[in-house]
Amino acid sequence: MPPKAQRDTAPPPFMHRGGPWAHFQSAPVRAADSRAAVRRLWGYLAVHRGVLAAAAALVAANSGLSLLGPYLNARGIDLIASRAGIGAVGRVCAIMAAVYAALSAITWGQAYLMAGVAQRTVRDLRRDLFGRLQRLPLAYFDRTPTGDIMSRVTNDIDNISMVLSDSVSQITSGVLGMVGVVIAMCLLNVRLAGVVIATTVLMTAILTGWVGKRTRAGFRDQQAALGKLNGLVEETLSGQRVVKAFHREEHVIRQFARANEELREASTRAQVFAGTIGPFMNLSGNLTLAVVATASGVMAIHGLATVGLVAGFIGYARMLMRPLNEIAALYNTIQSALAGAERVFATMDEPPERDAPDAVPVPELKGSVRFEDVGFSYDGKTPVLSDVDLEAAPGQVIALIGPTGAGKTTIINLLSRFYDVDTGAIRVDGMDARSVRRGDLRRRLGIVLQDTYLFAATVRENIRYGRLDATDEEVVEAARVANADQFIHRLPHGYDTMLSERAGNLSQGQRQLLAIARAVLADHSILILDEATSSVDTRTERHIQEAMRRLMRGKTCFVIAHRLSTIRDADLILAIAGGRIVERGRHEELLQRKGFYWNLYTRQFRRAAVGTAKRI
Amino acid sequence: MQSFRLLRTYLGPHRKWAILAPALMALEVAMDLLQPRLLQAIVDVGIPRGDLAFILRTGGWMLAVAAVGLIGGIGCTVCAVLAGIGLGTDLRRDMFGKVQDLSFGNLDRLEAGSIITRLTSDVTQMQELAMMLLRIMVRAPLLLVGSIVMGILTSRTLALLFFFLIPAVLIIVTYVVRKTFPLFARVQACIDRVNTIVQENLAGVRVVKSFVRSDYEAARFGDANDALMQVGVAAARVNAATMPLVMLVFSTGFVATLWIGGLQAFSGGLEVGRIIAFSNYLMQALMSLMMVSMLVMRLSRSEASARRIGEVMAQVPEVPTPTPGDTMTPASRDGRGAAVAFEGVTMRYGDADADPVLRDISFEAMPGETVAVLGATGSGKSSLVHLIARFYDVSEGRVTIDGVDVRRWDERALRAAVAVVPQETVLFSGSIAENIRYGRPEAPQEELEAVAEIAQAHDFICDMPDGYETELSQRGANLSGGQKQRIAIARALLMRSPILILDDCTSAVDVETEARILDGLLAGEAARTCFIVTQRVATAMTAHRILLLDDGKIAAQGSHAELMATSPLYRDIVQSQAPEEDSHAA
Repeated sequence: MPPKAQRDTAPPPFMHRGGPWAHFQSAPVRAADSRAAVRRLWGYLAVHRGVLAAAAALVAANSGLSLLGPYLNARGIDLIASRAGIGAVGRVCAIMAAVYAALSAITWGQAYLMAGVAQRTVRDLRRDLFGRLQRLPLAYFDRTPTGDIMSRVTNDIDNISMVLSDSVSQITSGVLGMVGVVIAMCLLNVRLAGVVIATTVLMTAILTGWVGKRTRAGFRDQQAALGKLNGLVEETLSGQRVVKAFHREEHVIRQFARANEELREASTRAQVFAGTIGPFMNLSGNLTLAVVATASGVMAIHGLATVGLVAGFIGYARMLMRPLNEIAALYNTIQSALAGAERVFATMDEPPERDAPDAVPVPELKGSVRFEDVGFSYDGKTPVLSDVDLEAAPGQVIALIGPTGAGKTTIINLLSRFYDVDTGAIRVDGMDARSVRRGDLRRRLGIVLQDTYLFAATVRENIRYGRLDATDEEVVEAARVANADQFIHRLPHGYDTMLSERAGNLSQGQRQLLAIARAVLADHSILILDEATSSVDTRTERHIQEAMRRLMRGKTCFVIAHRLSTIRDADLILAIAGGRIVERGRHEELLQRKGFYWNLYTRQFRRAAVGTAKRI
Repeated sequence: MQSFRLLRTYLGPHRKWAILAPALMALEVAMDLLQPRLLQAIVDVGIPRGDLAFILRTGGWMLAVAAVGLIGGIGCTVCAVLAGIGLGTDLRRDMFGKVQDLSFGNLDRLEAGSIITRLTSDVTQMQELAMMLLRIMVRAPLLLVGSIVMGILTSRTLALLFFFLIPAVLIIVTYVVRKTFPLFARVQACIDRVNTIVQENLAGVRVVKSFVRSDYEAARFGDANDALMQVGVAAARVNAATMPLVMLVFSTGFVATLWIGGLQAFSGGLEVGRIIAFSNYLMQALMSLMMVSMLVMRLSRSEASARRIGEVMAQVPEVPTPTPGDTMTPASRDGRGAAVAFEGVTMRYGDADADPVLRDISFEAMPGETVAVLGATGSGKSSLVHLIARFYDVSEGRVTIDGVDVRRWDERALRAAVAVVPQETVLFSGSIAENIRYGRPEAPQEELEAVAEIAQAHDFICDMPDGYETELSQRGANLSGGQKQRIAIARALLMRSPILILDDCTSAVDVETEARILDGLLAGEAARTCFIVTQRVATAMTAHRILLLDDGKIAAQGSHAELMATSPLYRDIVQSQAPEEDSHAA
């Protein structure tokens, strides 16, 4: 079965924007092979090697200089305590001011450089991802939900961007800074350093271990409950009219109340644990303060420390605590960004549509098409088409009829080489379709689908999509041939009217007329038409019929036909059922045969006959 | 501010926690503020006197104070979480209940997608705001004021620094916000553009491929992508200046403290410990100031959420429920269809000055009659049948079922009396059986299979791996459009309602199957009055009576033969759909 229902699975609108719970969605997922993802990302970063080196130098300078702050402060306090004179204090102050000014400048420079690198890198990632998407076969889009692909282009890449611009330099400077602080503290006073380091390590262990573990588990549960509730809300509200029509309001309210209660319980747990991180961090700051003050006080009495040392150590202890917490907090962000990167790269690694190495360009086509024993299956198991043989001479109209799911759309998918045949061959002007360039083939082959896709652009641009170098006059002429000119003139800005997303401001019929105009402009040699079933009103329908007839003139046409008039006028009718051609011939021949076609034909009209007979 | 109004209303039931949380936070802040003073005592009293016991005692006090602070902090967190999540849960419940009360008209105006966003991310936004308000919003100002007070107590001269440093931080933050705000708006616009192009390419992948427009699309995407990159760099660079600037203010404060403290120490005997303590207060004050400004920015985002939530809550159902004493439920009709009558019905969507979609419609359908509603797109077919189910109310005239105005029918009885197969098929997750039973969960299996058979769904359901118990994936993605429509028809049939409405619901079903469905329906026609909305003459011909709508008016009504004889418009339509020789054949 062609997964035609794809259109129905468009993502709910709130999923693409990185909404407040977007990060929860990817949080528990980790990259399977972080190292490979990092290596690949480095490939993108390496382009900016020079800038990165400069940024790295700034980060190193930053870490080194920031160590001077508490040391100078300690010096200053000691000078004051020892009454060394205001001149000496002034000198220390001047040096401090210079160091801090330099630090600010360096911090800014490093953020400035990284902002450029990060944005350019994700630009390149987005470009490559989109480029690959353009070359992937239709099968990929059939099996991958649109929402998935969208979230790769948006959420995943956003996460990477965030990590690149902030986290990388934060972590580097954090690690460098921590090493520096430990060294500086040891140089100042080994014993005091030991006390501070022990306290810090202990507090960090408690935070990341006890609290961290519970928080992560809590968020996982909250995420599951939230997902369930959101799923319920989405499903109920998109079917709200049915809920009302069947008077099921109380039932869905009860369902919702259950999910809401589950969410309340799960998120209370998650939030309480997550919420204790703040107070605990505060506690560890205060503990360090108490320990440093007491320990250095005791040492000062024994002449092992000076007063300034107290001030200096408090400063260092802060510098030690911060990066530890930051790294712990960033760990999840980085993990989920790497998992995102992995998904992006996985899409980039999907095998693209590729022409055979010796594929030949297709010149003009005369338009003969032959299917030779074609067999095909979407999943490699269930055959969708078997032993399909058919021949269309240039200029002939071939009508494909048969019940839904019989394989009509598949024949068309194969002809346009959206998929390749499993067995047999399709020949166009005698050439095997697989031996020619796919792009060339499609360019000669026009498709007008039942569900027309229009882009958020002007009417003119949408028609011009058929042939990009068409002049304005040619566009208008094509619209005239397609019977679209009239209604376009009635639009608020004529040809310059912007069509909204999914073209909600046009009727189904009008959209079809635009698609026909597009095809007229493209002037293909082979046409594939998917006739509309019933959603168009009579007047528009007549316009469409007329336009189609003009479009089809002199071209080889394959029509998935629903209208008897089209079928009757066709040069060849192929009745398809269960993936095989069960009958072929012209209208009259097939009627005489009293087989499948005759059955279909009379059934449709039997009803008409019954309906009339009842009244008469 | 709308967000505060919303918070006040919804925090009401959780008052206990909402009051306790700030109180406990105040405890934590008070403890935090004590620490530098104790530190100062060690430096200025303990060390100079060489009093080991004093130092250890004070150190012990510092630990105790830290512990009390922790209790305050955790207590505050628990209370804030209970209050905030309570608010979120209640708000979601009320909003969902509200949406269930709304009528079709309200739903038309509020798109489903937008209600979903409001119910999920906007509520989460408010919940987070409440929790934040009760914690950080209390902590930061308290800490700010407390630090200033303690700073003044520690040293009046040094406290003068606050006068310069606080305004400096405020100016920087305001400047950066002013500068980045429009930039971030532009970033968002660029992101939207990029997303639109991707979305279009995914939805229109067949068009792009068949016209071989990959290069064109890549170029289009490239432009949008580059624009996003450029604005992104600009915004990130302006933003990058914030931290260094604020750092500069902080460090100016430290240097100034040391310098002025030094001067004071030499001239007036300011103790060294006070200088150290003051640096700590200064640091705390400036940090909490930063926090406050971040929160203010955050608040403006919540304001938008509160407004969107308020919009839903302010909706008034367009179709009011009848006053309980005024309802009428007609007597039972022993398995026969119901009589439906339209009397001079005019209907408008929205305002009274909008163009009516239906004008002066009058007709009567006998019990058990099958009525086809035929007409072009936009002629008002769906609106007409929606009035029978009272999805909307008439603007003028009245619609009656068994002689009773639908506005006086009890809502539950009316829904049970009218079964609708909507134009757009909606199925829910769950098994096929659950979906068919949607309107009558208690229906037995035999009945289920009987209606599925009429809807031509039984065979394909039996072919599925688990038959009737087959689980549908989201919105029935594992079924074809035609299969979904047939399940929707079975679902409506199972209601056994005296009135059945088929709203152009066989578009994806092939002609032959549609014919069999209609045959099956008509076989039991006496049991129900049936309305079939269609654009196919062949379908309409099966009905007893055809209502031909044109531009909201009844252009003609009668049987196929009558209309062929009297209505030129009808003949026109017949001709366009079935060419001459075919209609002769009939």
